[in-house]
Amino acid sequence: MSEELPAWSLSAEAAESIALPEEWPGQVTREWAWGGATGAGARVCVLDSGIETDHPLVGDVQKSVAISIEGDEVIIEDNDTAGDLCGHGTACAGVIRSLAPDCELVSVRVLGAGYTGSGAVLLEGLRWAIAQGYDVINMSLSTTKQKFASLLHELADTAYFRRTMLVASAHNMPVESYPWRFSSVISVGSHEQEDPYQYYYNPAPPVEFFARGVDVEVAWNGGGRLVCTGNSFATPHIAGIAALVLSKHPELTPFQLKSVLYLTATNVGGEK
Amino acid sequence: MSDELRAAVAAGVLGSEDHYRALLQSIVDVARAIFRAKASSILLLDEEADELVFEAAADEASEALIGKRFPSSTGIAGFVLVSRQPLVIEDVLTDPRFSRETAESTGFVPKGLMAVPLLHEERVLGVLEVLDRPQDTRFTLAEMELLGLFASQAAIALDLLQRARRAHEALAGDGELSVISRLAEKLEARREDGSETALRLLAELEQLL
Repeated sequence: MSEELPAWSLSAEAAESIALPEEWPGQVTREWAWGGATGAGARVCVLDSGIETDHPLVGDVQKSVAISIEGDEVIIEDNDTAGDLCGHGTACAGVIRSLAPDCELVSVRVLGAGYTGSGAVLLEGLRWAIAQGYDVINMSLSTTKQKFASLLHELADTAYFRRTMLVASAHNMPVESYPWRFSSVISVGSHEQEDPYQYYYNPAPPVEFFARGVDVEVAWNGGGRLVCTGNSFATPHIAGIAALVLSKHPELTPFQLKSVLYLTATNVGGEK
Repeated sequence: MSDELRAAVAAGVLGSEDHYRALLQSIVDVARAIFRAKASSILLLDEEADELVFEAAADEASEALIGKRFPSSTGIAGFVLVSRQPLVIEDVLTDPRFSRETAESTGFVPKGLMAVPLLHEERVLGVLEVLDRPQDTRFTLAEMELLGLFASQAAIALDLLQRARRAHEALAGDGELSVISRLAEKLEARREDGSETALRLLAELEQLL
């Protein structure tokens, strides 16, 4: 992913060229941020165990890709028909669709049956997803393996600079894992309330936002439903809201999107 | 080799398998009591055999469970093991990840369970399970945190147990370092009638090495 390097400066005559099209209201409200939005036009990628197509809580999946590694070769199955190998990805997709029903959903499978997946596959899946330029990538997973940390960090920054918002789950236990630890992603933990639109900004990072993550009824394999708890299910709540905001304001950069989420958080300026 | 030697000496000095087992037992006993659960258990991952082995259990059938094995990819414990994330399930029967067969083989089929991976540095050593907490109260994030704390404690105990076992293998019978344990035994035997000469000899040997 090499790109031509610009000058890291702004000349007097160039100032006009970065005039921003967005008109910001005096106060950023939820109504301004996503009022009337359905997610239409926003492209959301779920990097997980796959998505079961035609699940009543998920609906259409626009594209399904599977990533694997054989020897040194990365294999990208561009038209994966295996669906979801465990249910976890379908759960995330269902939450996103419940908030942003008209968003485009793309599944990138990096986890095998029973959630197994190596850090290397996760890394390649993320690299692929970033190259596609999705607006939002939901990552309800992380790796504890230190050797992947710096590469993941680089990818997270690349996503941020290319206007792809990476929304990543914090670990559910007090352990170090990645990529949620990086400041170029939105990291999400759980709160206990039932309102899917209730989310909090955390002034004591690394976890930046808390969203609904306890006793969430989610979609699961076989057209089923399951009540689940964990940051994995809080993360797609933020991803879904991010999709809503981007469907209404597609020009927002990840920095601006984060700011909008901050300003509309329940404990900041957001309506309950 | 230096790791083995250090482990061997440390185990000789610090404790034996029995002590660490007692510690694991105490952890599941306390976990069960604090969560007001029907049972709790600790499973160790046997990496070579790719199996989970019951190392400690707090319930009526606990004795019979110890040593029981099943494939590491089985059921909720298997899921927790590979995902390295805790899992809380209020109604296991609705969860396709639950293996009824495995549960039945333990003699106890729970309604709900909490399972948490035992992480030590970058490795996952096993799984701690708490079965059938009372369902009159909703699961809270405070309980999730408590579960994590128990998991940290259990992971340390499990790591010590594994080190003690490796040390035991090295020290016992015709293990590579068995001479050290024989020396220690002899020293112990001579404690009554003075072991100054033996200790002096050992000090000389250390100098020489």
